[in-house]
Amino acid sequence: MHIPDGYLGPATCGAFYAVMLPIWTVASRIVKKTLKARQVPMLAIGAAFSFVIMMFNVPIPGGSTGHAVGGALVAILLGPWAACIAITVALVIQALLFGDGGITAIGANCFNMAVVLSFVSYYVYKAISYNAPADSNRRVVAAGIAGYVGINVAAILAGTEFGLQPLLHHTASGQALYCPYGLKVAVSAMAGEHLLIFGWVEAVVTALVVKYLQKQAPEVVEEGGV
Amino acid sequence: MKITTKLWIGLGILIMLSPLGLILPDHFKAGDAWGEWGTDGIEELVGYIPQGLERLSSLWSAPLPDYAFKGWEEKGLGGLSFAYIVSAIVGIGLSALIVLLLGKMLSKKED
Repeated sequence: MHIPDGYLGPATCGAFYAVMLPIWTVASRIVKKTLKARQVPMLAIGAAFSFVIMMFNVPIPGGSTGHAVGGALVAILLGPWAACIAITVALVIQALLFGDGGITAIGANCFNMAVVLSFVSYYVYKAISYNAPADSNRRVVAAGIAGYVGINVAAILAGTEFGLQPLLHHTASGQALYCPYGLKVAVSAMAGEHLLIFGWVEAVVTALVVKYLQKQAPEVVEEGGV
Repeated sequence: MKITTKLWIGLGILIMLSPLGLILPDHFKAGDAWGEWGTDGIEELVGYIPQGLERLSSLWSAPLPDYAFKGWEEKGLGGLSFAYIVSAIVGIGLSALIVLLLGKMLSKKED
């Protein structure tokens, strides 16, 4: 889901940077108000976890690859605003150092994976796990569903960004200037892959870690994020 | 053992296992992620390289492109796996360090 340089036109890239600047500002203000000093090492682990889980490319035999993001887990445990910051850091390092995701697309990639994935997962988890005790299985299920829904909404959004490009930018003869695939192809490809395969990876990873933390550190699950 | 220590050990294991993210796609002949093809790949798919895409795709030259060392393309899966692990360590180290610094600046002192 890391949109590379060249796939989004300047208008889309600029728009997403413009959207992300106030979001990053608000995120730092809210995290400043709500994050406790003892939660900081956990947030650093969250960023590290997201970075490494994105390196586990899962193959579709003979087809493409994809991966989990880990954003759902960070959002569930530390809140969507803190997750937004942690995933942003991982995505910026991936773009600058490893060329994974474009420099021009940092705004869009952060909007999809650091913001939308985090917030959708967080609220799905909150809705399903409402009032459940920290050690209940309902929290594990809620975490899995949250990861599945969150990554799929983010993937469909990325597909939409790809798919809008031929409409926005093309030559007089109709050749695309940036991503050549339209909405129908791009959204079905991104949605299909994530609904069928990569969404389940995010679901399983998120649920398993929540299950593990219920046993090893129930206070982390109980505290949850703000 | 503190939970953060346990989780760091878990991350260490994930780092050592990370080359699976390279080896499995290779084994199952899976290509690039959708929408992440290089200019050659896109020419193969649609028959031309979109002009804007060609111009922007070379905008940035990352020091460890695709989690590999430059010039190690011929080293095979062993070399690539080694570079992948080094990349994971560098990436994880930097991500955690930056978040720790940001967190120190932002978080409440009183607990």
